[in-house]
Amino acid sequence: MSGQGACKQGDWVEVERVLLDPSERAAGLPEDTARQPLKMWVKGFARTSARVGETVEVETMTGRIVEGALTDVLPGYTHTFGRPPAELVAVGRDLRARVAAYRAKEGR
Amino acid sequence: MGGSSADVLARRGEIMKAALGFDYAVFERSPIAFDYEGLMASHGLTIDDVRAIQRAAGVGGTPIIELRNLTDLVRSYAEPGFGARIFVKDEAANLAGSFKDRRASVSIHVAKERGYEGVIAATSGNYGAAVASQAARAGLKCIIVQEAFDSRHVGQPEIIEKSRLCEAFGAEVVQLTVGPELFVVMLELLEETGYFAASLYSPFGIAGIETLGFEIAEQMRELTGAPPTHVVITHAGGGNTTGTARGLRKAGAHETKVVSASVDLTGLHMASDTDFNRKSFTTGHTGFGVPFATWPDRADVPRNAARALRYMDRYVTVSQGEVFYATEALAKLEGLERGPSGNTALAAAIALARELPRDATVVVQETEYTGAGKHHWSQLAFARENGIEVRIGDPADNVPGTSIVIPERPEQIAVREIDLDRLRRSYVRNALEHAPEGYEPTPEDVAFLAEDSHTTPAAVERVIEELRAQA
Repeated sequence: MSGQGACKQGDWVEVERVLLDPSERAAGLPEDTARQPLKMWVKGFARTSARVGETVEVETMTGRIVEGALTDVLPGYTHTFGRPPAELVAVGRDLRARVAAYRAKEGR
Repeated sequence: MGGSSADVLARRGEIMKAALGFDYAVFERSPIAFDYEGLMASHGLTIDDVRAIQRAAGVGGTPIIELRNLTDLVRSYAEPGFGARIFVKDEAANLAGSFKDRRASVSIHVAKERGYEGVIAATSGNYGAAVASQAARAGLKCIIVQEAFDSRHVGQPEIIEKSRLCEAFGAEVVQLTVGPELFVVMLELLEETGYFAASLYSPFGIAGIETLGFEIAEQMRELTGAPPTHVVITHAGGGNTTGTARGLRKAGAHETKVVSASVDLTGLHMASDTDFNRKSFTTGHTGFGVPFATWPDRADVPRNAARALRYMDRYVTVSQGEVFYATEALAKLEGLERGPSGNTALAAAIALARELPRDATVVVQETEYTGAGKHHWSQLAFARENGIEVRIGDPADNVPGTSIVIPERPEQIAVREIDLDRLRRSYVRNALEHAPEGYEPTPEDVAFLAEDSHTTPAAVERVIEELRAQA
């Protein structure tokens, strides 16, 4: 969430919609998937003002009109590189030392 | 979803025919056989035409780089006289950061030429970004349908990054929770918009990858005087193996051994909501690699142009921890920081180079871009958050979905062989099961099955007899 609880007409927003209830889902799904609805998120320009959770129509980048519950205004991304895994931090140092030792042994 | 899924699925044939601009029915020969080479030639493009299309699209012509430090690392522990030279084709140099640009460029060229207003592809991988990038350049609208989240609305950092990149290139991204109904959503969107289906598995897409194999043969002739002895290919849906191998053959590299490699995700269910985020690789894994090799026509088109079993000389697996280790080694030893999924073949190449003589040449045929989310650090942090144990040890102890074991030493990197005869048998069984009940395979069918699984008609006959005896 961007922290904004409502959108105005023309804002870039995200909406959510349930496409299939659990009872409508495909046959043969694993049980953990079958008991969940199939949900969809789409982004677009809001066609009216709305508060988060309210139904709103958006016009997507391709010009399609999609209706759904408003979930976010100016939806963004927060994925990162994160911290280095402790299991990998010494790999570079150790492998460089091995290559150097091998070349020294070969007289290169 | 408008109407019921069953209604949409019943219209599948006509929707795909309109969305691809041609009819697969003309290539059908029997309930089992079809004219594969006829299908592959149906676009009428020569490899030179495809190269020209790709040059204009800013795609292809990527460098091959010799990995001298990694080669010496392998030689430091290989038996005397062993340790093949390792090279990598740096496909991350394509516009959207992977070899998938090759695939997308031909589809978008065809869509544009045939007057479609836009394109649609169903993919959570690099292909989405490739289609979005090529569509932007061609002035076509673009919708990418992604399986992005589990039911908690949590997605792999690698997939979220792909959503971001597709949007950066101006695509509409339709993000879904886990489930095979994604295919129905795609069909509905094709019907609603009248856009072109930029399927991963059309003959256009595979023609786009042929240039990759062709370039490898050409560049290796320049660098070493001969085509490579081995090309190692990260294998998922089969397009990479199929296109690359066909390109090698078109360049006359008939002696080059084609080795496909997947990350071992045995035991994880591809349609499971809970397993979805227990995978630390979103592609290049056995969850696609094995089912697509043994039944390629499970794809979103009536006949899959990607038929990996035709072209594999070997099929090997590596573990997740080995690929993350290889990714780290590539950055630290070779100054090449690349995305983890594309390094599946690299991990396999490190193991293969050890068992090959020094004058052998092993080409890792792709890299992919890296960035926030699409990075081995992010994938490992995410694995930990989802309860996967990450530790240093013997990678043979890796259990997909439970533990990721980072090797202690490079010597521990090893490939596990998948028995191709077992896959062939499974392929023949699938082909027979998909034919109408009681259908008797003709000699033409047997010849087709033999060709399609890279074996002899006699071997196919034997499998058919065995399957009958079991039934």
